[in-house]
Amino acid sequence: MSVITTYIGKAYKVFRGEVLVLPSRTAVFLFGLLLFLVPLMTAHPYYLSILTLAAIFAIFAASWDLLSGFTGQINFGHAIFFGVAVYAAALLNIYADLPPWLTIPLGALAAVLMGLIVGIPSLRLRGIYLAFATLAFPLILTGIILLIPGTGGTLGVSGIESVAPLSSSPVVEYYIAVSLMVGLGFAMWKITDSKTGLIFHAIREDEVTARASGINTTRYKLLAFSLSGFFAGIAGGLYVHHTGNAGPSTLALLLSFQAIIWAVFGGIATIYGPIAGVFILYPPMEYLRTAMPEYRMLAVAIIILLVMLFMPEGITTWVRDKIEKICPRCKLRNVATRKTCRVCTADLD
Amino acid sequence: MRLECAMIANLLITGLITSGGYALLAVGFSLIFGVARIVNLAHTAFYMLAAYFVFAFASRLGLPLPLSVILSIVAVTIIGVFSYKLVIDPIRGRETTILIVTIALAIIIQESMQLAFGTDATPALRLVSGFTKILGVRVFYRGLLAFGIASIVLLGTWGLLMRTRLGIAIRSTAQDREVANLMGINVARTGMITMAIAVALAAIAGAVVAPAAVPTMWISPLVTVLAIVILGGLGSIKGSFVGALILGFSETLVVLLAPEHSFLKEAVALTIMLVVILIRPQGLFGVSFEEER
Repeated sequence: MSVITTYIGKAYKVFRGEVLVLPSRTAVFLFGLLLFLVPLMTAHPYYLSILTLAAIFAIFAASWDLLSGFTGQINFGHAIFFGVAVYAAALLNIYADLPPWLTIPLGALAAVLMGLIVGIPSLRLRGIYLAFATLAFPLILTGIILLIPGTGGTLGVSGIESVAPLSSSPVVEYYIAVSLMVGLGFAMWKITDSKTGLIFHAIREDEVTARASGINTTRYKLLAFSLSGFFAGIAGGLYVHHTGNAGPSTLALLLSFQAIIWAVFGGIATIYGPIAGVFILYPPMEYLRTAMPEYRMLAVAIIILLVMLFMPEGITTWVRDKIEKICPRCKLRNVATRKTCRVCTADLD
Repeated sequence: MRLECAMIANLLITGLITSGGYALLAVGFSLIFGVARIVNLAHTAFYMLAAYFVFAFASRLGLPLPLSVILSIVAVTIIGVFSYKLVIDPIRGRETTILIVTIALAIIIQESMQLAFGTDATPALRLVSGFTKILGVRVFYRGLLAFGIASIVLLGTWGLLMRTRLGIAIRSTAQDREVANLMGINVARTGMITMAIAVALAAIAGAVVAPAAVPTMWISPLVTVLAIVILGGLGSIKGSFVGALILGFSETLVVLLAPEHSFLKEAVALTIMLVVILIRPQGLFGVSFEEER
């Protein structure tokens, strides 16, 4: 019995030292907790579906951040990873009768391969040239898909046969999406916090210097593209099994732009920023679909414009810099109310 | 044999008209990128806005059509300069933020037009009607007029850039902002004037070349314009001309050869762009921005 209490005590100590010590981490923790409690408050399938989709798009937006925010390889065609996984999962499900727990990883694998292909231009191009080159991929693939019979054309595969749902219960679907979002979001944050993440940062800041320091930037850029593709691919697989349809809209320019909007609105190079961006923008947008359909896009666009003018770094970054400050000596984050750094005890300010 | 002749003539004429419209859009986009390093994704939204303004002035206010074309170009240019001053210039230098601010701007323009005029296409207004036959191909006077205006405006822009003091200021700011500033060029004012020229070019394309106004008509040209400026080389005016010709003709070719697969025109244009920049990463006539400060 005492062993268990010791372990609980140790777990609490780690929790207090790693999570409660920073208000931003506490907020992320509370937000995650709240998401798991939502089905206890409402079991309305419509609200749960909106939040399920928000969780799926949060994975998608965070995967854009992993590639473009951290590595600086701005991807204008991020929908390619989503769309490839969507079509791969849908076609595998319809024609090979594979269940969702197989089609989603296989779809993600297809997106990883696509990441390697899309990554090839990044070896020669940089900056805005790369951004526009990546824009081409989903639109070219849309043309190819419309040419191939058996993909359902402009209406999507649901014209042929409906894709199997993740689960018959909306609550279970919600829990699958949300736990995957929390798990994958944490994984992405861990990646960016590791040595690999440091190298990604270095490539964004100065690729030539990174190469001069002995980093194989080619390998790391391709790694960033395929990792990003993997996470976006899982989002795509979840999406197709949640909505039951795979259409060309999952490859559309608008979806690529949406990933950028969510991520930049929330704050790039943070991982939690894009997730916050999706949860702030997506549910109200869906709600307004019924409340005031004519004005909804206009209202959202004006809000985005104003927020970006006053908080150009994104909403979470703006809030974080208000409640936390960086220690000048060891570069660790501290609560804004502290006088000395929590680790190296150097004077803050 | 006769059919093939007609087909080639058709390709030449339609291709030139299409390319003219694209060149107007691409040159403006390339100019504002070159001078201010702004990727203005709302560029083609101004093209759409101009098409709507022509319709509004002519049909709603009952003004004569040539006057409403001129008024619409002026009005859109003023709106463009104001939006540059109010929303784009304050965040200049933040690459990703500019992207979404300009997308938001484009969506605001799109939605306002949708609220004002509905989602359906407005009836097409024609400055001139009728057609003539050139080499056995039916050519509408409207298309010829559009091509003529596009050529004159493009030549004028070329002359402005190459022969005037303002043109030298614009080109030197594009080449090196800091040194241009040190040489006594008012860089901020040059940026604003360039934005005015760019938006005016887009507005001319919208008012003269565009067939009818639909709220979503900015998306497809945006993709083509991005492909053109990358193909030709960012910041290069010559590159934009050549890029517009290449992609204008390739689109026309796809539509002519495979009318049932005309949705492929975008994919073909983008594939051409990808192949070119994989071989020449700076585009056909682009300068390498590698050593940029």
